[in-house]
Amino acid sequence: MAERRDLSRDQYRRRSRRSFLTGGAAVAAGFMGWRGVQGSPADRRIPGVLRDVHGINESIWSSLFREDHLAKEFAREDASILRINGRIGIDNEIDLDRWQVTVQGPDGEEWGTHTLADIRALPRHEMTIEHKCIEGWAQVTNWGGARFSDVIDLYADRIGDDITDVGMETPDRRYYVSMDMATMRHPQTLLAYDMLDQPLDDAHGAPLRLATPLKYGIKQLKRIGVIQFRREPGRDYWGDRGYDDYVGL
Amino acid sequence: MTAILEPHEAAPELAPSPADEPYAVLKHRRGTRWMHWINFPLLTIMMWSGLRIYWAEDIYAFGILDWEWFKFFPDWFNEKLGLERKLARGLAFHFSFAWLFAINGIAFGIYTLVTGEWRELVPDRRALKDSFGVLLHDLHLRKEAPAHRGRYNAAQRMTYSLIILLGGLALLTGFAIFKPTQLGFLTAMFGGYTMARRIHFAVTIIFMLFFVVHLLQVARAGGRNFLSMITGYEVVGGGADRG
Repeated sequence: MAERRDLSRDQYRRRSRRSFLTGGAAVAAGFMGWRGVQGSPADRRIPGVLRDVHGINESIWSSLFREDHLAKEFAREDASILRINGRIGIDNEIDLDRWQVTVQGPDGEEWGTHTLADIRALPRHEMTIEHKCIEGWAQVTNWGGARFSDVIDLYADRIGDDITDVGMETPDRRYYVSMDMATMRHPQTLLAYDMLDQPLDDAHGAPLRLATPLKYGIKQLKRIGVIQFRREPGRDYWGDRGYDDYVGL
Repeated sequence: MTAILEPHEAAPELAPSPADEPYAVLKHRRGTRWMHWINFPLLTIMMWSGLRIYWAEDIYAFGILDWEWFKFFPDWFNEKLGLERKLARGLAFHFSFAWLFAINGIAFGIYTLVTGEWRELVPDRRALKDSFGVLLHDLHLRKEAPAHRGRYNAAQRMTYSLIILLGGLALLTGFAIFKPTQLGFLTAMFGGYTMARRIHFAVTIIFMLFFVVHLLQVARAGGRNFLSMITGYEVVGGGADRG
């Protein structure tokens, strides 16, 4: 640790040479490290090393996750109709009167189907939260719907500790997300059918969508067609396109 | 023992000759040098990946109502530098290298406290007034420079301390944006998610401005000063020490 306070000319020359050699080696090592990161085999469109760090981040923040820690709620008058940012999976016509959501078990076996009336029959909860987009914008909006935890309770006898994830897909299967069970059990994770007390319109995910302040919008699937309880994480539309699978807030 | 000393060996204590003065004196400790140079690429990577994130929603501009006077990083800037919009990669790099940036920054903070180097960095009561004097002197508007106490002049003390504090602010606002629910207290402290994001961006702009001024000042201060950040020692006998 201790360094000499002053040096003679010869000592300075030796020191100087050593510093440049060490510095040069450090620059080379840093450059190789950088190339190594950039060139590490891609894992779903990003360098594998960075995908691994996403995984480390996920284990840190999911271990700190508390189901009773709520996202901030805002005053109702601050809420506005949410910006529409994507139509993947919902840009085709469907017959809303015949719509129903299918609930599946881990092996794809059907556990049940529910109409919108079934979901509306569950206790209605409302929240005014800040919706956050992974692109960087945020907007306060208001959702009304059933807690997903109440749907979990409908299948309580079939959902054991082995169920760790929930997959959701649009009816056309073109948009799909993978969600962790802890987030799905959270009281602010809703199967929403209302925005600002009005039934969802088509672009916002009619008739039923996922709404939660605990994830970015990319995970909040619109027009839910299938819900699957799983033993492991499944495919995720944006995760497969280079994004973090967890994107927990 | 004294009996066997030759006269010329004892002489320096009695009358130091110019030849015995040190050729170079310690200026930057080893830890400071390492962490300074490690920070440089890390902060560059953070800003580069941060801009990729910013471009997904490039909303910050100065102006009144619909009239836009100045927009940060317009599209031509993006295209000129060939930094195409790749949000997913930007996020992956940003959230990975943030840990290294944080570890290096926190280590530097602890090192500075433990070694007592902070005394060379913290501005004193007269720093604000003297900084202005240094500024006038550096702009050739005033002949005499204010006296410094220690290694750095008042303007350097102010600037370096500010940059270190802003590093901490970048880290804290970054976490406030990264986990606005889990770290909700932090997000609230900065006035909410949108405000935290604005502060985070403003800090980045200040870092960029600092970088330009820092390079200019180092260039002005000359080779001996620059080399001291590599070797640790500055060759003494004349020469300025800005940076």
